[in-house]
Amino acid sequence: MFDVLMHLAWLILLPLPMLGLVTVVKSWIAGRRGPPLLQPFHDVVKLLRKGAVYSRTTTWVFAAGPVVALSSTVLAGLIVPMGSPSSPFGFSADVIVFAYLLGLGRFFTMTAALDTGSAFEGMGASREGAFAALAEPALFLALMILCVPAGGMSFGEAFAVLPASHGLLRSPGLLLAALALGVVLLAETSRIPVDDPNTHLELTMIHEVMVLDHGGPDLAFIQIGYALKLFVLGSVIVHLVLPIPADSWTGPAAFLAGQAGIAVAVGIIESVMARLRLSRVPQFLIGACVVAAVGVLVLFTGGRP
Amino acid sequence: MKLANPKSFHNGQAVAIFDVASVAPRALRDLVVNSCSHGGRLCGLFTLPGRPGTLDLVALIAHDSEGRLSMLKAGVAQGGRYPSLTAELPSAHALERAIWESDGLQPDGHPWLKPLRRHPALEPAGAAETGDPVGRNQGAGAAGGRDHPFFRMDGPGVHEVAVGPVHAGIIEPGHFRFQCSGETVHHLEIHLGYQHRGAEALLRDSSPARRLAVAETLAGDTSIGHGIACCRAMESLAGIEVPEQALWLRAVALELERLANHVGDLGALCNDVGYLPGASWFGRLRGEFLNAQMEICGSRFGRGLLVFGGVRFGVSPELRHDLLGRLAIARRDLDDVASVTFESPSVLGRFEHSGIVSRQAAEDIGMVGPAARASGCTRDVRCDHPLGAFVDWGLSSAVETAGDVLARARVRWVEVKRSLEFVLARLAALPDGPLVVPMPQPRPGAVVGVLVEGWRGEICHVVATGDDGQIVAYRVFDPSLHNWFGLTLAMRGTPISDFPLCNKSFNLSYAGHDL
Repeated sequence: MFDVLMHLAWLILLPLPMLGLVTVVKSWIAGRRGPPLLQPFHDVVKLLRKGAVYSRTTTWVFAAGPVVALSSTVLAGLIVPMGSPSSPFGFSADVIVFAYLLGLGRFFTMTAALDTGSAFEGMGASREGAFAALAEPALFLALMILCVPAGGMSFGEAFAVLPASHGLLRSPGLLLAALALGVVLLAETSRIPVDDPNTHLELTMIHEVMVLDHGGPDLAFIQIGYALKLFVLGSVIVHLVLPIPADSWTGPAAFLAGQAGIAVAVGIIESVMARLRLSRVPQFLIGACVVAAVGVLVLFTGGRP
Repeated sequence: MKLANPKSFHNGQAVAIFDVASVAPRALRDLVVNSCSHGGRLCGLFTLPGRPGTLDLVALIAHDSEGRLSMLKAGVAQGGRYPSLTAELPSAHALERAIWESDGLQPDGHPWLKPLRRHPALEPAGAAETGDPVGRNQGAGAAGGRDHPFFRMDGPGVHEVAVGPVHAGIIEPGHFRFQCSGETVHHLEIHLGYQHRGAEALLRDSSPARRLAVAETLAGDTSIGHGIACCRAMESLAGIEVPEQALWLRAVALELERLANHVGDLGALCNDVGYLPGASWFGRLRGEFLNAQMEICGSRFGRGLLVFGGVRFGVSPELRHDLLGRLAIARRDLDDVASVTFESPSVLGRFEHSGIVSRQAAEDIGMVGPAARASGCTRDVRCDHPLGAFVDWGLSSAVETAGDVLARARVRWVEVKRSLEFVLARLAALPDGPLVVPMPQPRPGAVVGVLVEGWRGEICHVVATGDDGQIVAYRVFDPSLHNWFGLTLAMRGTPISDFPLCNKSFNLSYAGHDL
């Protein structure tokens, strides 16, 4: 019971401050003080208080976009373990469901964008679709590296086996899986070098341009969903990289430190490099697929991961 | 001061309107086209009041290698026609459209004759006849009432993207119409004019003090550039020499303006590719140059520094010492951030091969300024037609050949280094003497063309006086007028996602174009 409550509390409380931490890190490196850690939370509260405006050309598809995207990400968050090897809502083969819950959210975000009939949003949906199709193999190959040694397709089984065999450096397969998942995280959460979350230039955006027409509570849902996605994908990576034992206070502490580490890493990446040219993004994602594929090869030829 | 020969005169020399050779319109076209195929460059094409019932179509041509200008005119009946230059001289396309919409002269054979600054669909019927005091609707308005089509492509997979005139972010209004297939842009058509406020008529009709204030706001980020052009034009017409200290301070202010804008642009380019270190540090250093400008004259944009006959403020020894120290620190910081930026693979990967304009295209459409120099054209008014304190600088123009975003960034960086050296040297050795001399009335029946290298490129002001010494025409050619079409060419075959980056690498003015 305590595990379930803690899981829910983290899912509700942590994603927005984690997004805030990325911004704070970027500000520090740029020599600025930056906004408070809770700024994303204040932004969301502000948006929730506002009304929404709907274009006459849109239908229920447009309104469904943010709701479905948020709820599918919440479901995905309930499946992934957070700070203990098993998640309260895990079940066998939940890894597949996890991947397609993210896909479902994306599908509805894209159709909502297309529903507006705007040239900008159509372009954004087309880019999102193309890049997601390239990121998906990397995600599945990485999850395969994770699950095959455990002999079952669920996060619970996979993470239960990991601490015993741990030592990331002794298992190159896991290292490659973590690398591929890192790229997937940057692509899925539209961070640099794939997308620029800060730009106001519609023509260069991917994710942001798809949600241009959403406002008020709809936009708040999108931002919460976005922060949640970062948090959930981060959880998978943290569990992959850090040995998190069951039934202990060190587990949750290691988990929190790991998530903070991911936020800092994302902030550092955004502070030291420019965004890729849009035509180079597929190469970046295919590179992640290749890394994950090599990991799978290591897995099947080198015995234990 | 003697009036110069209109067939060949120096930048900023006044000539007698009467002396400008008058030819038939067809001969004007042939002579201008011929001259421009032999090293000449069309700086301006405009009308001046001619004999009753006619307008004089006047061409101002720069001969860069000789450091000379020449002027030629042709009388055309009001509302009449003349053979268009554009087919053979593409750099005339915008100039002829402006004459057509505001003066009603029809260029026969213009390939894309549509309004440049006005929006017939937005203007109430009969607006042209109401005698608008600022000339917002002046002229016959041959464009009257008709809406004009945009270039369109058809075919499978071809789609149109329309951006603006209202944009995200705090920028000026302009409409951009892209013809794309997939992510690739095949054609971009830019329609501006949303900021047209009748500035040329305001400049013509204002009192002298107000005239300079209007000139300083023609393009808000080029106050000093346009201000110097206006001052020099009026001073030439009045026949006075500005004291040396004032000339030096004007040059320092012009270069500070260039420094602030070039450094700001480098930061903005970094921002557009999401490169945080460059965006933050160039952005901060831009403030150093704006602040230096403010300490000299009280305005970060240099407003109020210039007066006819000189400058309003000098630089005290303490301020000079202070500025020299701070600018030296800024130079050190700039070196650091530029070396990091221009050596960052992710930045170079975005800048290189983005938005290429070939040298031939740049020559054909008459591009000016850093954008032209990035494509291999050497033109720089400070080198070719120097005025005032620039005469003995011995600057060689910063030229790159690739014509891409990286070339436009590098040209800016080289110019930043040279301008900073110039400012430090001139501030350190500022001459003594008066700051301003009295300004007499302008002489009658004269016309003057002034070129100034603003940070964006060549600024051209042409002022003509009538028989009673009143200003009868004031024409302004902002560098943006020549360069907007360069952006169109840079986008051909370029991914639409690179448009904001290419746009920033030109960083053109809407207000300067729209006047």
